[in-house]
Amino acid sequence: MKDTQPSSAPVIEARDLNLTFETADGPIHALRDVNLTVGRGDFVSFIGPSGCGKTTFLRVIADLEQPSSGEIEVNGMTPDAARRARAYGYVFQAAGLYPWRTIAGNVKLPLEIMGYSRAEQEKRVAQVLELVELSGFEKKFPWQLSGGMQQRASIARALAFDAELLLMDEPFGALDEIVRDRLNEELLRLWARTQKTICFVTHSIPEAVYLSTRIVVMSPRPGRITDVIESPLPRERPLDIRDTPEFIEVAHRVREGLREGHGDD
Amino acid sequence: MRQSFFPVLTVVAVIVALWYAACVPMNGQWARDQAQRAGVELSFGELVADTLSQQRPRLPAPHQVAVELWNSTIVEEATGRRGLWNTGSLSNRSLIYHGWITLSATLLGFAIGTGLGIVLAIGIVHNRAMDQSVMPWAIASQTIPILAIAPMIIVVMNAIGITGLIPKAIISAYLSFFPVVVGMVKGLRAPDGMQLDLLKTYNATRAETFAKLRWPSSMPYLFASLKVGIAAAIVGAIVAELPTGAVAGLGARLLSGSYYGQTIQIWSALFAAAILAASLVALIGLAQRITLGRMGMDR
Repeated sequence: MKDTQPSSAPVIEARDLNLTFETADGPIHALRDVNLTVGRGDFVSFIGPSGCGKTTFLRVIADLEQPSSGEIEVNGMTPDAARRARAYGYVFQAAGLYPWRTIAGNVKLPLEIMGYSRAEQEKRVAQVLELVELSGFEKKFPWQLSGGMQQRASIARALAFDAELLLMDEPFGALDEIVRDRLNEELLRLWARTQKTICFVTHSIPEAVYLSTRIVVMSPRPGRITDVIESPLPRERPLDIRDTPEFIEVAHRVREGLREGHGDD
Repeated sequence: MRQSFFPVLTVVAVIVALWYAACVPMNGQWARDQAQRAGVELSFGELVADTLSQQRPRLPAPHQVAVELWNSTIVEEATGRRGLWNTGSLSNRSLIYHGWITLSATLLGFAIGTGLGIVLAIGIVHNRAMDQSVMPWAIASQTIPILAIAPMIIVVMNAIGITGLIPKAIISAYLSFFPVVVGMVKGLRAPDGMQLDLLKTYNATRAETFAKLRWPSSMPYLFASLKVGIAAAIVGAIVAELPTGAVAGLGARLLSGSYYGQTIQIWSALFAAAILAASLVALIGLAQRITLGRMGMDR
């Protein structure tokens, strides 16, 4: 838990992963020869332009897409088995809260499906809402909350059932920068408290550098990994770390990686 | 509600005024013929007064329809020899009695049609074979004129010994299931890919996906369909009463009115049907407001 190197038992291990979508205009190589290991407790960001396969890779981990070839293990299992074992929580770009459920009701949704007892549901809802600083909003309906608060509720929903792994697909992409900064800070605090492994898709360089222990730079056509950067930044990160030379250095390297991958366009 | 009060009132006033105005030319010929036969000359005032108070006008005046409606409901039941007050049962000359006959067939047919529509929609959404095979038949069923198929249903049902309420309810159901199927298929498919993916990450079963996502998502669509469905159901029940020589029901009143040239009776039966339909649609609207309100979806 104290270093940024992949520890003994990897949470995610991908070997020579390929995924090709057959379309009317011919095959699209969404992922080509992806090799990646994510260790327990890592915060890994995937960054790259649209079409680079970062979301596709996250969906492969979640068993929402099937790879065409290669191997991937999640918690030592196939993605399908991991999904059935409810090994991960997934946060989508939109909060996707049910408008007919209150905030507490929305957080309860996975717990109901997974068969937790009533008392346990109540306990966990209170716990995770406190974690995302939404205590007191239990009885509100989603439309009564701001966009940022809705996204926090959706994070609470993904945390409610104690999955070790949190997969986040541009969760703050639709929010303005001020709200995004705050949620980034909160997410780091939450990560420190819960010690989860987080895979985080983004297209914002500062966000990726600020949050991650490792940054995976990807490029499109075909979607592939061009660089994996181990962040030298400490785990404890106040917002103004973004003005330090180390931060700027990492951000520069990410930008270089993105430019290389983009080469011809 | 309050904002729409005056516009609605204005429109009603305009319609009533046009209606009165139309009565004079429509019924004027008869009044002039009568006057000529009697050898008297009608002034314009007398002509107008006559056209608005004939026994069997081509177009009854609004107040004649209103009076007939009043007489054949409240007055008949309160004072009529066969009325509710004197006999303890509804009079067969009152529109309340005939309205109830039609209403009972409508409600039964609506219940059958709604149930069938929902079951078919669930099948279409969950079963590929049904998805590809049921809809064309459902659409084809609605292209057959109901007037053509209603007597067939009555005759066939009669041959196997089923008469009365059930055949009428089936014709009612035949018309009302369709909007429910169409609306509910759309409603049950309303959840987008992301919401379905979310439930997949929870490893939810199809039944759980249905109960927790598809069914609640479809509620606004269901109520919209029900409003169309209930109106279709009442049309079905009235049409079912026409070809059978039924002696009771709003359809029977329309029919006997047209046999005997009782235009006022026809119009009051028409209005009774319209009032009935409007009340039923309003009731569903109320149920919609309450349900969606409790679901927090009534913004």
